[in-house]
Amino acid sequence: MSISQEDVEKVALLARLSIAQTDLPEVTERFGRVLQLVNELNTIDTEGVAPMSNPHDMVQRLRPDVVTGSDEREALMSCAPAQDQGYFLVPKVID
Amino acid sequence: MIDSALLNASVSELHQLLTTRQVSSAELTKGYLERIDLLNGKLNAVVTVCAEQAIEDASRADERRTRGEGNILTGIPLLHKDIFCTQGVTTTCGSRMLEHFVPAYDATVVARLKAAGVVMLGKCNMDEFAMGSSNETSFFGAVKNPWDTNCVPGGSSGGSAAALAAGMAPLVTGTDTGGSIRQPASLCGVTGLKPTYGRVSRLGIIAFASSLDQAGPMARSAADCAHMLTAISGLDTGDSTSADRAVPDFFSELTGDISGLRIGMPREYFNDDLDSEVRAQVMSALTELEKAGAQLVDIDLPHSHYAIATYYVLAPAEASANLARYDGVRFGYRCADPADLEDLYFRSRSEGFGEEVQRRILVGTYALSAGFYDAYFNKAQQVRRVISDDFRSAFQSVDIIAGPSAPGVAFPFGAKQQDPVAMYMEDIYTLAVNLAGLPGLSTPAGLVNGMPVGLQLIGKPFDESTILNAAHRLQLDTDWHRARPAIEDHVA
Repeated sequence: MSISQEDVEKVALLARLSIAQTDLPEVTERFGRVLQLVNELNTIDTEGVAPMSNPHDMVQRLRPDVVTGSDEREALMSCAPAQDQGYFLVPKVID
Repeated sequence: MIDSALLNASVSELHQLLTTRQVSSAELTKGYLERIDLLNGKLNAVVTVCAEQAIEDASRADERRTRGEGNILTGIPLLHKDIFCTQGVTTTCGSRMLEHFVPAYDATVVARLKAAGVVMLGKCNMDEFAMGSSNETSFFGAVKNPWDTNCVPGGSSGGSAAALAAGMAPLVTGTDTGGSIRQPASLCGVTGLKPTYGRVSRLGIIAFASSLDQAGPMARSAADCAHMLTAISGLDTGDSTSADRAVPDFFSELTGDISGLRIGMPREYFNDDLDSEVRAQVMSALTELEKAGAQLVDIDLPHSHYAIATYYVLAPAEASANLARYDGVRFGYRCADPADLEDLYFRSRSEGFGEEVQRRILVGTYALSAGFYDAYFNKAQQVRRVISDDFRSAFQSVDIIAGPSAPGVAFPFGAKQQDPVAMYMEDIYTLAVNLAGLPGLSTPAGLVNGMPVGLQLIGKPFDESTILNAAHRLQLDTDWHRARPAIEDHVA
């Protein structure tokens, strides 16, 4: 299965990445090479094999629903590129 | 200036010198800081130096030791890979996206080492978001291999491996998602261990592929790795995949006795993909282990071939989800003058991420998208189990598995940069170990044309002790791990 420039543009849209038109042929070509590599998976029979998402088949550990740690809002907010009075600032969304 | 022999000493030796007051942690720390200052212009292995804080921490460690407190790691200087969150210290992950990111908390690995009294000298350069096998994807420029500055140090923990090999620190941290500790350890001639998945907490390690990522030690010897592993291992409720398993004192398990140890040699790891001179070195290391009483057994890992394809679906898929958090809003890079919210997302991500990271996000998004999920993601998770079962079967008849850590020695810059698939092949012997969640290490096995070769040892789940002990035996019987690059000659 090869991939077209149009497909790559569609995936880029889903991933919120913009690819310059001039870069598109090369990005598509290299993307295609990776796909060619992973398409080898089609040559192995996995009928009835359960998918593995954790190497030890561990299940999520639950903890009691209680407050832990301290309020670090200020310290965490300080990492934001733009903020005001405890809010993250973004460009205007609604006119 | 501190004796350069001291800068190449092991943790055990340094501990001895600190205990007998022949040197203080403050003196050692200054010595390593000078060494970084001397060599980093040439190697680009370190991206942040914390000189003032390090000297202060060293003095505090000296006070602890004076009071008769502390442990073997107290006062030992160390460099962290720049993927570990360090409170108040910039953590870039090798990316423009996080160029100015200052975490509000320490990763568990960092906190545990800090509590042990380890002195952080600074942070090491790495492939962007740990995606690369040559360190050429770092936003801060490639790290150079101290054995030959025209060659790559491996990746993604290439800064850590190069700094260690050049004597900038006696101990460094790394992370390994598909080989990122073992391959650079091999290419730089140091010892590096990827622990069992779940052994070491992932809290505060910038996520790449969460079902594969593990942090581990890199050092001058298996014994030094054992000391660090003991300090960083164990349950952390802050990481829901952290394993609730007892942590032994890994150092005390290094008996050096490997008589009767059954070492499996997978036929698939010694095929034509392997450089013949590298193969000869790996075989001579295995012969040493045989002389020490181990038994070499041919085994098969029949689905080894599929590890690369499986990995390059699963790792990008998990990465595409993990890296969705970089939106230019809450932290990280934000583009200038966004026209609207969409423009903010698109440009912040396209300007903030480098080429390889974007490629993996694209591949991962594709593999997870409607219509392709079953054919790629689900299929790869099935093959992951098949690969994992190969190891399980092999471990019925052997105690550990051995092979090369990388298909060749360090290669020149640019040699594999144009073809992503050629670069991915660097990890053909390491990827499967992450897929199966097993512990694996690389230990030096001599030189080919003056460049280091690594022997990889793979263990059963949570049995780091046995592979560390085999590497320790090899290091008692050979001097390969003591070989050092003549990097000072390059500087002079």
